[in-house]
Amino acid sequence: MPIVVKRPRLTLAEKCYFPALMKGLRITLGHAIRILQRKKKVTMQYPEVKWDDNLPEHYRGAPALVTDEHDRERCVSCQLCEFICPPRAIKIVPEEIPPGDEWQKVEKRPESFDIDMLRCIYCGMCQEVCPEQAIFLRKDYAITGVSREEMIHDKQKLYEIGGKREGLINKWNKLK
Amino acid sequence: MIELSELLVPAIKIVVLVFAVILPMVAYSVWAERRVSAIIQDRVGPNRVGIPFTKIGLAGLGQPISDGIKFLLKEDFTPGHVNKLYFWLAPALTMVPAILTCAVLPFGSELFGEKMVVADLNVGPLFIFAIASLSVYGIVLAGWSSNSKYPFLGGIRSSSQMISYEISLGLSLVPVLLIFGELNLSAIVEEQSENGWLLLPLWGEGAIWNGGWDRFFLFFPSLLAFIIFTTSIFAETNRLPFDLPECETELVAGYHTEYSSMKFALFFLGEYAAMIIGSGLIVTLFLGGWSLPFGCDAALMQMAGNPEQVPWWLGLIHISTFLVKVVGFIIFFIWVRWTLPRFRYDQLMKLGWIVFFELALLNIFITAGIIFLTRSPD
Amino acid sequence: MAVSKKSSEDLVNVQVDGHWIRVPKGTRMIEACKQAAAEVPHYCYHPKLTSPGNCRMCLVEMGMPPRPTPGEEAELDAEGHAKINWMPRPVIACANTVAEGMGIRTQSLLAKECRQGVMEFLLINHPLDCPICDQAGECTLQEYSVEHGNGQSRFLESKVKKPKNVDIGPRIRLDDERCVLCSRCVRFSKEVVDDDVLGFVDRGSHNTLAVHPDRKLENNYSLNTVDICPVGALTSNDFRFKMRVWFMRETKSLCTGCARGCNTLIGSREGKIYRQGPRENNKVNSAWMCDSGRMEYHRLEDPARLTDPMIKRGRTHNVVDWTEAICRAAKDLSRFKGDELAIIASGGMTNEELYLTRTLAESLEAGVVDVVKRSGSGDDYLSHSDKNPNVNGARKILKLRSPGSRLKLIHAGIAEGKIKALLVLGEDLLDIGFSEEELGGLKCMVLVHMIANPTAKMSTVVLPGAGYAEKRGSMINATGRLQRLNKAIDSPGLSREDWEILQGLNRAVDGKDEVTELVDVFGEMTSAVSIFKGLSFAGIGDLGVDVMDTGESVPLLEREAKRVRDGLIVG
Repeated sequence: MPIVVKRPRLTLAEKCYFPALMKGLRITLGHAIRILQRKKKVTMQYPEVKWDDNLPEHYRGAPALVTDEHDRERCVSCQLCEFICPPRAIKIVPEEIPPGDEWQKVEKRPESFDIDMLRCIYCGMCQEVCPEQAIFLRKDYAITGVSREEMIHDKQKLYEIGGKREGLINKWNKLK
Repeated sequence: MIELSELLVPAIKIVVLVFAVILPMVAYSVWAERRVSAIIQDRVGPNRVGIPFTKIGLAGLGQPISDGIKFLLKEDFTPGHVNKLYFWLAPALTMVPAILTCAVLPFGSELFGEKMVVADLNVGPLFIFAIASLSVYGIVLAGWSSNSKYPFLGGIRSSSQMISYEISLGLSLVPVLLIFGELNLSAIVEEQSENGWLLLPLWGEGAIWNGGWDRFFLFFPSLLAFIIFTTSIFAETNRLPFDLPECETELVAGYHTEYSSMKFALFFLGEYAAMIIGSGLIVTLFLGGWSLPFGCDAALMQMAGNPEQVPWWLGLIHISTFLVKVVGFIIFFIWVRWTLPRFRYDQLMKLGWIVFFELALLNIFITAGIIFLTRSPD
Repeated sequence: MAVSKKSSEDLVNVQVDGHWIRVPKGTRMIEACKQAAAEVPHYCYHPKLTSPGNCRMCLVEMGMPPRPTPGEEAELDAEGHAKINWMPRPVIACANTVAEGMGIRTQSLLAKECRQGVMEFLLINHPLDCPICDQAGECTLQEYSVEHGNGQSRFLESKVKKPKNVDIGPRIRLDDERCVLCSRCVRFSKEVVDDDVLGFVDRGSHNTLAVHPDRKLENNYSLNTVDICPVGALTSNDFRFKMRVWFMRETKSLCTGCARGCNTLIGSREGKIYRQGPRENNKVNSAWMCDSGRMEYHRLEDPARLTDPMIKRGRTHNVVDWTEAICRAAKDLSRFKGDELAIIASGGMTNEELYLTRTLAESLEAGVVDVVKRSGSGDDYLSHSDKNPNVNGARKILKLRSPGSRLKLIHAGIAEGKIKALLVLGEDLLDIGFSEEELGGLKCMVLVHMIANPTAKMSTVVLPGAGYAEKRGSMINATGRLQRLNKAIDSPGLSREDWEILQGLNRAVDGKDEVTELVDVFGEMTSAVSIFKGLSFAGIGDLGVDVMDTGESVPLLEREAKRVRDGLIVG
């Protein structure tokens, strides 16, 4: 069933377009004047002024790895983040934790963990999929570098950004 | 034999006018465009580029210079599939007519006894139309030589649009010329200086209390001519709301899609130069050109003791008056651009052919009738 | 199938989930369900092993028609089958066989509740190891937990702790907490490879899989237990923590470790092979494969892999491009005719490569062509004493009556100075009895090989070839079965598939346009070699076709067939 939309009947003033035009000019002029009088401030002068303190809790910045209270690296390199990562920014090489290590019972850890920040789209899927609560999106957003190599965050850099995070579920406790 | 000064003085005028006035104005109208559009949209716009290596920002006044450098340094890419000759010719053909037309615009009264106009032609408006109609070649050639679909469509749109609006542009001017009975733009401005601007007939013989009844009745046809003329200038310069030839949403960038670097910049500059000349023409014809309102010119001359030639300070005042008016119009152009949405192509053609063409034609007869009735045939 | 004769008298009517099908008498209920496309989850059941029925996952609802009293007619349903009386208790589908008129319900409430209950019991002591478990992604416990499990645990007590990361053999690691006690590995060791080292100890929730205290699980077939383990209890040391299974692309190919030609699946990701396992083929390797065959792929990771064609100038080898190398090789070889030129091919080459070698030998008019014999120790299961995978192909294509016998002629020819040029394909001559002095006397030696071996050092032209998982082709195994190799990964650097190199040499030698597709080479071969008549490369299929009768049989398959006849296993 086609819907018939009736064309509105325009008055003469509307037809000659002039009042509407004037109205438009008035609106834009109003905005211009308000900005000129500094009654309204919208733009922030970025590098000098930053919004950092007002970033919301759920803000998604650079992904990073975290260690727990006992300085254990939480990542066990299950590679689920590598799998889920839509732009394929993550590359993990797993290794076995050698005998004698304090956390040998965890058995597995990443030998290398690279996130290519040129590819990362900050979607947060890695954080969502992580079964070990090891990867989190931090509030860092100004990720810059002068070479491609510099933009690949390796394991050390990721732990540097992520730091220690307490109060997470401790799966590898004494009972385990 | 031609005197050396006869060659030198116009040469100085040309160089100063083009390189010290028009081109910087073009560059800074781009900056103005960006700043004005920004404040209209509650933004800031380019406000950082100032003096290099210092922290002095100058409200971003360095932006046009850095833009210019950028345009010069960018790769000038010529696609392999284009017609090289016309592809190179087209940008020049848009820029040159725009700058040529300023030859006849009187941008001041006199300075040190020299008339402030490059060529004081007796057929000023005709010259302008003749030259301005050449600029359509630049666009058509750009569209055609690019040998790709979007520029081609842009070129077609542009040519038909410019040809259509030239008619109403020309016709809307006829009443003005009827009123002044004059084709010399300098003379027209002087007339307005003494007897009231065409749109502000409030002093001299144009004022109603001084018996200027004809000008009172002629005010309405003049206003109509002004509106038609101004709107047509918008269309002639391909500016919003009539920028269909380069209409980004449909045609990428229209006729200059394939252009880059300085060749692109020439199109860009050509458009702004045409806008400045258009504003100059409107100011000259309808708003008294370089003259000050309310007979101030005459009063200031009296103050100077009615000398033979205009004193240098008054000459400078006149030049700046002209520039202030032109800048005002440029800002108006920008203001309109960031207010109105783009017309549909059929609406544009309808406006040109069905509304403006008839109105302008009618306006000629009304003006002629009023002149016939109010002015006694001397 | 258990019953080989499928006459109509041997078929019985069985109702599976409401549909009547006809299956051979003696079929296990689980197999009947499989034929009716009704999946019955299971852990302990494996068609190649006996059915202990200890995992209880395959519980289904079963019913039989009532036995009518004499004179009474059985009540029939709309389709003319006797009405089924459903039993109140479920039965295991893996160990029971079908009977005439039997009904099976796999999706009834009872069956579903049984599975849910079994899953819950299996999971109460199962660790949350999935993130570090190699089985994750191909773990039936994971799959069934999603399909039939509860989603949430009601278990509040402490889990039973069992040994983890136990070393039970040189290639295998055991994690007892993950074990679901299905006993597949125990049965495999005992029944298939007669190495009864695994068993269960302790009772109740502490029931644990263990290896005999004085022995290890170290037979050459031990890694098959990893394959059949439905969970991650047994994992391979070689594959441990290398790559998650869901990243890998699986390529159907062949093992080239011996003449058996076991069918394999090669798991690779981004140009690197991570594992190789058996692919079921009941004519060749059943579902098994030896451990040494699995490790074959490591040969492709040799650090001395050749990546660029090279020409020897003076004492050093210079890297050149392919065109130059091929032209140089062709020019050098064509200078010698007849007895001056010998070709040493390899029993590890594919049929296509051997065929192109034959055409090359014909156009070069080479005097002697032979392959190298390579024998080792075989066993009574799968491993064959002939360590070349395609000697039968070489026999047929190069028309060799006794492969390897003409090497003596080559030795003599070189010693006499009669043989001046040698084309070596995929062999290291210094490894097979040639000496450096001997080879030093040659005017020209062209080598196609994948590794920079001592022979390469002596060759005038070195052409880098591809390993077995880096190329396509076909081979004939010890029992005369023609099977296909497939390409799992690209060969490193500029190296090429060997048949392309040989075809390049052919083109350079005779100056003709040669076919550029492998399937067309096979096509040419079908008309030149009688045993391939009427075949096509695609027609070989994944499981191969028998093209020769070699009179050999596979001991492991014969024993399996006997167990099938005895009704011990399904097969």
